[in-house]
Amino acid sequence: MSEAAMDQGWQPRIVAFLCNWCSYAGADLAGVSRMQYPPSIRVIRVPCSGRINPLFIASALQSGADGVLVSGCHPGDCHYLSGNLVARRKFALVKSLLAHVGIEPERVQFSWVSASEGGRFASLVEKVTEDVRKLGPQKKLAKVP
Amino acid sequence: MGDAAREIRRIAAELFDGKKIDVLIGFEKGSDGYRSRPVFVSSAAEAERLAWDATCSHNLAVYLPSLFRRGPQKKGAESAPPRVGVVAKACDMRSLIALAKEKQAPRESLFVIGVPCRGMIDARKLEAEVARAAGGVEVTALVDGEEAVSVETADGRALSFAREPLVHDACLECRFPVPRGADVMVEGHARPAGNNGDALLKEFAKLSETERWQKFQAEISRCIRCYACRQACPTCYCTECFAETNSPAWIGVTTELSDTMIFHIVRIFHQAGRCSECDACVRACPMGIDLRPFTKKIAADVREMFGFTPGFDLETPPPLLTFREDDQQGFITEPHRG
Repeated sequence: MSEAAMDQGWQPRIVAFLCNWCSYAGADLAGVSRMQYPPSIRVIRVPCSGRINPLFIASALQSGADGVLVSGCHPGDCHYLSGNLVARRKFALVKSLLAHVGIEPERVQFSWVSASEGGRFASLVEKVTEDVRKLGPQKKLAKVP
Repeated sequence: MGDAAREIRRIAAELFDGKKIDVLIGFEKGSDGYRSRPVFVSSAAEAERLAWDATCSHNLAVYLPSLFRRGPQKKGAESAPPRVGVVAKACDMRSLIALAKEKQAPRESLFVIGVPCRGMIDARKLEAEVARAAGGVEVTALVDGEEAVSVETADGRALSFAREPLVHDACLECRFPVPRGADVMVEGHARPAGNNGDALLKEFAKLSETERWQKFQAEISRCIRCYACRQACPTCYCTECFAETNSPAWIGVTTELSDTMIFHIVRIFHQAGRCSECDACVRACPMGIDLRPFTKKIAADVREMFGFTPGFDLETPPPLLTFREDDQQGFITEPHRG
């Protein structure tokens, strides 16, 4: 993390795409259970992790997000049966391609969180926030106004 | 005129005489010796224009989707789709199958004249060689030999160069130089199948993250957003491209660097399961941007992760439209607890 960013008390801003049926409910459970996790995420609820277009991720980074988290139902538990399984292939390619061109792999992370896993959600956000905090502000794809 | 060209003309004339096709897409001689020009032929007489030599680099499958794109049809009164002949190298053939798989060109409406490929001559490499030997003169004729390429320059000189160093990088690495699944094959020999095991990618992957980013940025910063890469690509067939929609306006339309980088990342991503690694995008680029280390990545990943090589059979579903329960998911973040 850069000195300047540290001085200004920089906090990572992470855009979290959560699926309506599992991860969003998992986040809700974490909140209802009063679990503590870093206030670094901005949640966007999507109907299914299969709804994620790689352009969502690129747009978030371009708009200045320091990291992106995408989370859906565990494989096999998708509300739409196979949305997350089809998405998984897409995610694997996106993650690999972004890393290939030189974007830190920790900037864009994918996970599975079920509606009953409030603790897992809190821990996931902690981990992603920690990872992104180490990298510092995201400047590579951010559009300079 | 080479044997292949004669053979293509004969087959084309036969097809037109037998009323088997309405139009044939092939090549004719270009305005200089460096390049051949795609041509649409619609009668046996016109078929005399057809040519074939080592400068037929373009991927002709790019013209197919627009030929089969039609407005709404009245039920019961649908007009028949055109019957199209295509002269295809192995890479054109693979793109054509990828298009047929995605219902952009019905395979039964196509008649493919397959031509075994010895590797096409890279006009840029040849131009550089000619410039070195004779200054920047035009080339009026090109004769493709077994080991050498001889050219005649506009000022009347005859030059000869070794063939192999002039061949496109894509052709040097080509793993499938013989078209598979053509309706008729033109006789001839193909170059031996290459396989360098993605050496270029491995070399690139050895660079540090910062170096890879710098290289990506340096290449993409030269992009003028002309979209030639997209237009030249046979499997980039959307009628409305994310780069140009304004609702939502995914990216800006200028050459601002982040917009341009996202355009290229997403364009390359969209070729997942389609890219036949023909390098049409690279050849089309007027800025000479080296897209290869990036475009090849998506093809290699699809091959490694999903065991899919595009362009061979119509039955296998495209890899991103399907899944396996045991697809690898090592990239999934596991939190510390929970």
